Amino acid sequence: MRKLPFSLIAGGMITGGLLAAALLSRVWTPADPTAMNILNRLKAPGEAGLLGADQIGRDVLSIIMAGAWTSLGIAVTATLVGGAIGTLVGVSAAAKGGAFERVSMAVNGVLFSFPPILSAILLGALMGPGALTSITAIGVFMIPVFARVTRGAALQIWSRDFVQAARMAGKGPALITLQHILPNISAQIIVQLAIQTGLAILSEAGLSFLGMGVAPPTPSWGRMLADAQTFISAAPHLVLAPGLAIAAAVLGLNLLGDGLRDLTDPRRRQAS
Amino acid sequence: MLAFKRLARQIGGLAVVLAIASLVIFLLIEAAPGDPASIMLGTNASPDTVAALRAELGLDRPLLLRYLSWLGGVFTGDLGNSYTYGVPVAQLIGDRLAVTVPLTAIATLLSIVISLPLGVWAANRPNGPVDTLASLFSQVGIAVPNFWIGLLLILGVALGLGWLTPGGFPGWQAGAWPALEALILPAIALAIPQSAVLTRVTRAAVIEVTNEDFVRTARAKGMSRTRALWRHTVPNALLPVVTMLGLQIPFLISGAVLVENVFTLPGIGTLAYQALSQRDLIVVQNVVLMFTLIVMVVNVIVDALYAVLDPRLRGRT
Repeated sequence: MRKLPFSLIAGGMITGGLLAAALLSRVWTPADPTAMNILNRLKAPGEAGLLGADQIGRDVLSIIMAGAWTSLGIAVTATLVGGAIGTLVGVSAAAKGGAFERVSMAVNGVLFSFPPILSAILLGALMGPGALTSITAIGVFMIPVFARVTRGAALQIWSRDFVQAARMAGKGPALITLQHILPNISAQIIVQLAIQTGLAILSEAGLSFLGMGVAPPTPSWGRMLADAQTFISAAPHLVLAPGLAIAAAVLGLNLLGDGLRDLTDPRRRQAS
Repeated sequence: MLAFKRLARQIGGLAVVLAIASLVIFLLIEAAPGDPASIMLGTNASPDTVAALRAELGLDRPLLLRYLSWLGGVFTGDLGNSYTYGVPVAQLIGDRLAVTVPLTAIATLLSIVISLPLGVWAANRPNGPVDTLASLFSQVGIAVPNFWIGLLLILGVALGLGWLTPGGFPGWQAGAWPALEALILPAIALAIPQSAVLTRVTRAAVIEVTNEDFVRTARAKGMSRTRALWRHTVPNALLPVVTMLGLQIPFLISGAVLVENVFTLPGIGTLAYQALSQRDLIVVQNVVLMFTLIVMVVNVIVDALYAVLDPRLRGRT
């Protein structure tokens, strides 16, 4: 049994904690995350709840926990859907080459020029803010990201001798992709899934910060920060908790991605 | 010759892609609810007045004709008038670019200045103290949202220490320093995540190239470690760094929208966001197209640089 990379352990623990908080919030939070209590308005940590209370006296810890569920739900959905489509495009482009590769990469170029916030502004005009707008905006951006990574990785595998051999043995591009390309790039895909979920959490927070994410009263870390800015002098503690939650979540997923990469790619282990 | 043909093909491709992107943007905005004429005139306007304004704005023309006339306007700089501000959209965008362009330029410069030395130094002494610091910085820097860094800077530097400004923009007519002063904290907020990404890429690229045969050969021939690093390793490691700079452009733009909002800077980001909330769709449409154009042009430039930097790729398209 070889020693697990530190980043895998640390990332796994943070991500596990995040997941646990999100799941726990479905059945229990210290207080109702939507319940106002004007007497607790802007109270500091310890005075009302572990992390204090917001501008209408809601318990900050409870909103953070419930916000983890919102954040993860949107980020994971967007990454899985966008990642699956992107991977399909990427490996197909690498396998087919020619006009198909050029056209699909051109389409990717179009998609890549729509970062989540821009798509959300466009989609927001069309269907207003909300979870679906966030998921679509983030997911659309995941397509070119995964297509680029998987195409690049797949092209590398395609140039290897064992693929040439498989080709000479008469295997078609689809079969080679399934049997040789995907297994050899699966580690990279999994690593990307972890890292991109982290980035999706960042995007989601940004969208809700601008008021383009989930609608109130659904708890969201980004909106907490937007509210906190109004009371930045009176209640600086409101700025800290949601930001730390976002940073910890993204850090955890990034570390997890790195750890998985170290675990699966021996070349990387030497390098680092 | 080959490079020229490649560039010509890329510009042709860019035109096609832009045509598609503009059509998508146009159709999405078209499908959005809310008639501009009714929004401009308010709810009490008579149907006749609304119809007259629609005719004046050219909104009663067929869809394809309106798309083509918008596209034509993009080339001539006539983007129409803002529904809420009443001024030409082109002028509005121009004014706002005077904030966003310097902001993103300072942030990019700052991120290169931080990340290149840090990444090279970290790679040169793996597992040393600088390397540990660099990994910590790149891990944490990627994870913190730039708008949160902005809030922390307002809280700690502007309000806490009383340095620089917590928000707002005096305009360039107030002088270069007051204007720059307003851009420093936002640029730092924007630069930290960028430099975290770049540090990481630089470090990885330098380490990878250090292990290449040609660097080992140079060292074996007696070239000093430092000279081999700057003569062979760093130039070859620049390729992924330049690529990453290009790939970061969409994040830089998204970041600008957020950071401008935190610091209430009158840039393109706040313009897009305000236009959306006021349903000034003609502004939304043009700003989104402009952002798209910037990302695409930068991608073509990065691709071209890629070919220049890596001779192995010159034959491949």
